[in-house]
Amino acid sequence: MMNGSTILFYLLAAFTMASALLSVSTRQIFRAAIYLLFTLIGIAGIYFWLSYEFIAAVQIVVYVGGIVVLIIFSIFLTQQTGEKLPSQRLDRKIFAALAAFCGFALTMLQVYKHAFGPSRQEVPSPDVRRIGQAMMGVGQGGYALPFEIISMLLLAAMIGCIVIALRIKPSKS
Amino acid sequence: MPNATLIALILLLPLAGFVLLGLFGRKYFRNSAGLIATLLLFAAAAIALYTAYEYFFVYGRTGGVYQKFYPLQFTWLEFSKGLSIDMGLLIDPISVMMLVIVTFVSLMVHIYSLGYMKGETRFSTYYAFLGLFTFSMLGLVVSSNIFQMYIFWELVGVSSFLLIGYYYDKPSAVAACKKAFIVTRFADLGFLIGILVLSYCSGSLDFATLTERLTSPGTMAYGNALSYSFLGVSAITWGTALVFIGGAGKSAMFPLHIWLPDAMEGPTPVSALIHAATMVVAGVYLVARLFPVFALTTPRVLELVVWVGVVSAVIAALIACTQTDIKRVLAYSTMSQIGFMMFALGNAGYGGAQGMGFTASLFHLTTHAMFKALLFLGAGTLIHFVHSNEIRDMGGLRKQLPITHLTFLVACLAIAGIPPFAGFFSKEEILFSLYSRNRLVYWIALFTSGLTAFYMFRLYFRIFWNKPPTRKDSHGHPEGGLAMTAPLILLALGSAGAGFIPFGSLVSTDGKAIESSISPLFSLAPVALGLTGIVLAGWLYRIQNDRPARLASSFKGFYRACYHKFYIDEVYLFITKKVIFNAIGRPAAWFDRNVADGLVNFTGSAALVISEKIKKIQSGRVQQYALYFLTGLLILAAFFIYVFVSQAGISDK
Amino acid sequence: MTQPGLYHILLISAVLFFTGVYGFLTRRNLITMLMSIELILNSVNLNFIAFNKYLWPEAMDGLFFVLFIIAIAAAEAAVAIAIIINLYRSHHSIDVEQAEDLKY
Repeated sequence: MMNGSTILFYLLAAFTMASALLSVSTRQIFRAAIYLLFTLIGIAGIYFWLSYEFIAAVQIVVYVGGIVVLIIFSIFLTQQTGEKLPSQRLDRKIFAALAAFCGFALTMLQVYKHAFGPSRQEVPSPDVRRIGQAMMGVGQGGYALPFEIISMLLLAAMIGCIVIALRIKPSKS
Repeated sequence: MPNATLIALILLLPLAGFVLLGLFGRKYFRNSAGLIATLLLFAAAAIALYTAYEYFFVYGRTGGVYQKFYPLQFTWLEFSKGLSIDMGLLIDPISVMMLVIVTFVSLMVHIYSLGYMKGETRFSTYYAFLGLFTFSMLGLVVSSNIFQMYIFWELVGVSSFLLIGYYYDKPSAVAACKKAFIVTRFADLGFLIGILVLSYCSGSLDFATLTERLTSPGTMAYGNALSYSFLGVSAITWGTALVFIGGAGKSAMFPLHIWLPDAMEGPTPVSALIHAATMVVAGVYLVARLFPVFALTTPRVLELVVWVGVVSAVIAALIACTQTDIKRVLAYSTMSQIGFMMFALGNAGYGGAQGMGFTASLFHLTTHAMFKALLFLGAGTLIHFVHSNEIRDMGGLRKQLPITHLTFLVACLAIAGIPPFAGFFSKEEILFSLYSRNRLVYWIALFTSGLTAFYMFRLYFRIFWNKPPTRKDSHGHPEGGLAMTAPLILLALGSAGAGFIPFGSLVSTDGKAIESSISPLFSLAPVALGLTGIVLAGWLYRIQNDRPARLASSFKGFYRACYHKFYIDEVYLFITKKVIFNAIGRPAAWFDRNVADGLVNFTGSAALVISEKIKKIQSGRVQQYALYFLTGLLILAAFFIYVFVSQAGISDK
Repeated sequence: MTQPGLYHILLISAVLFFTGVYGFLTRRNLITMLMSIELILNSVNLNFIAFNKYLWPEAMDGLFFVLFIIAIAAAEAAVAIAIIINLYRSHHSIDVEQAEDLKY
């Protein structure tokens, strides 16, 4: 029984996973960044598919529009666009692949062994109004305090970035 | 009754001097150190004299017997109900006598050192050490407990070590102080084992209890002490013999005397202190303190005491005749005189007229303290003047050093036993006590006392006559001013007059007065022999001639043996270097170097090799760390999931 | 092929996560390592959303967690890039194999 929604999901899933794998395996850094971009868009697509439009939008705005751009920017800054990435030692690669696979197997075994509660599809996904009210709410189910803390964190991170990246002037003495 | 505070003060004043000068001397009392120490000791000596007067003439005697007093007694360490170590003060005739002698001689040395040690860089340290030495000797004397005595005994050893090694930048002084310390230490081991045996037998460390239990037949301790035996000798005999070995070590008795001549490396006043009144007589004092046990229970050990004393006296006298270093001659003469005290003591019996030798021995100790201190201090002045220890460099000094000359002459006459000087009386008593009890030792003693006269006057004539007076250059005070001459004069008075002390009525084995009879007829032989010795020495050494050399060459082998101290040092060296080093030292060193060190080095190198191997783990590569981390995490996760959770029965579905 | 549900999304999430882990362990370039970390973070986000959607649809906790994680990820990326640029200045390389000063 296949409908459009199901096909769309599988397409999105395949796209996301393929892009992720390519992103970690390509030898060219710029392409890696682009594949990462695709992965993030794929994830945003999954959010859409789950009808969490707000999160999907945030994902695109912050990740695609912010972080990926930042990464590309730093690639240009470190002048590594042309050349191929150096390859890791083979034994390390095998070991890492093995570890990752074992971890994956362990996780999936646990996931499939575990019986989650019944999924309830009838409740509609929260709309932006509810999200906004909850984010600014100070009562039951309100997130005003974490929101403020995150804003402080962002400020601290911003100042930290400036301090770290600031070119230290050679001392005159 | 004796005043505990006053008697404690005799001890504490020198100790206070030591603490004060030892801690602050170099900073604050650089110049006044000598004066402070001397004043403190003067006070101590005055109190000691007062105590002696009070004891002997006011309260000490009840019913014609001198009593023992314990003005202070407290428990220091309690091991069990029966066994505890006490600390206390014991006042009886011999301890009071020793208090006076020690403080008096020490005071003389303190005063003398004011002049002699003037300008030394470690002036205050010197006085601090003197204070410590005096304190430990006084503590030894008044100990009421054998263990307390052992503590002070060791303190005496340490402080003599410090004083002999006072010139620690001189290698010979360092070697000498080590030698003195090791030899006496070795003997002290015997003392310690002896203490353990005696206290085990008697169940007490207290002198009074110990003596009482070990001398009264019928008590259980007495029976036990005689019935336990080792190598066919009873435990109590072993105990007293071992204690005597300790005493022999400190008193430089043959064959443990080798440290004494070398101890001359210390400053000369120190030699006076060590050899006259304090350290070397500690052994005699120890035997005297335990005399009832020696005399009543183990007379065989007393025989050992006699023969050790005899051998020491004869050997030392013979060696003294050949030595040319003035301080060495005096050192051997000390050894010889201590030998006299020892065999007199060993020859005595307990109680009444039997105890004549005991009295005579301690009498000789007293007079010897006077004239030997005088001799050493005089030698100090001589060395100060000619800057040499060799009697070859001296000669004809009687005009330049008139006071030294006269006092030295008094001391020589005293030690030679010429009446009416002090040595005559004490020596007569010793000979008299021997005459009736042991004729063989009497003849040996007579011969040795003649030798004494000979070698002392050999010294005297070589120093003050022999050459015509050559030196005219006297720099200011040739005899070092009042500080150095006053002690000489005082000690000369002591040497001349100490013989008239009615010693027999003061000190005896059982506290009862005994008659000390000196008949002119009996004195004839010793005095005649002494005079012969003096005349012979005068004939040989009064003017420069070749008689001594001819005499020496006619006794060639014997003379050389004496000159080389009968090769006893060489025997020791052979035993230690060749036998002990090769048989024990080298294998032990090999074991230490190869097995013990090898083990240590192996752990070291193993740690090095292993760490060299495993340090690669710390590669500094972040990804490697992350990989290890992930691997560990996965293993832990799998472990927890499949071992713990399933065991705990937590099931999912 | 079945109707996609919670398990499918968890599978995607796990794949993304361990792809990220693999990338983190094998990439030598610091920027690509950062990208791998972004993958890992995204897989976590996906998990949160999936649980929120399928198990507690009426709640919004998962959603807010994702929002905050995205914010923190942004901050983290910014700081990381600042560090990378600084490292590039001092070592003239952003190869982790070169940045091994902190070893034995």
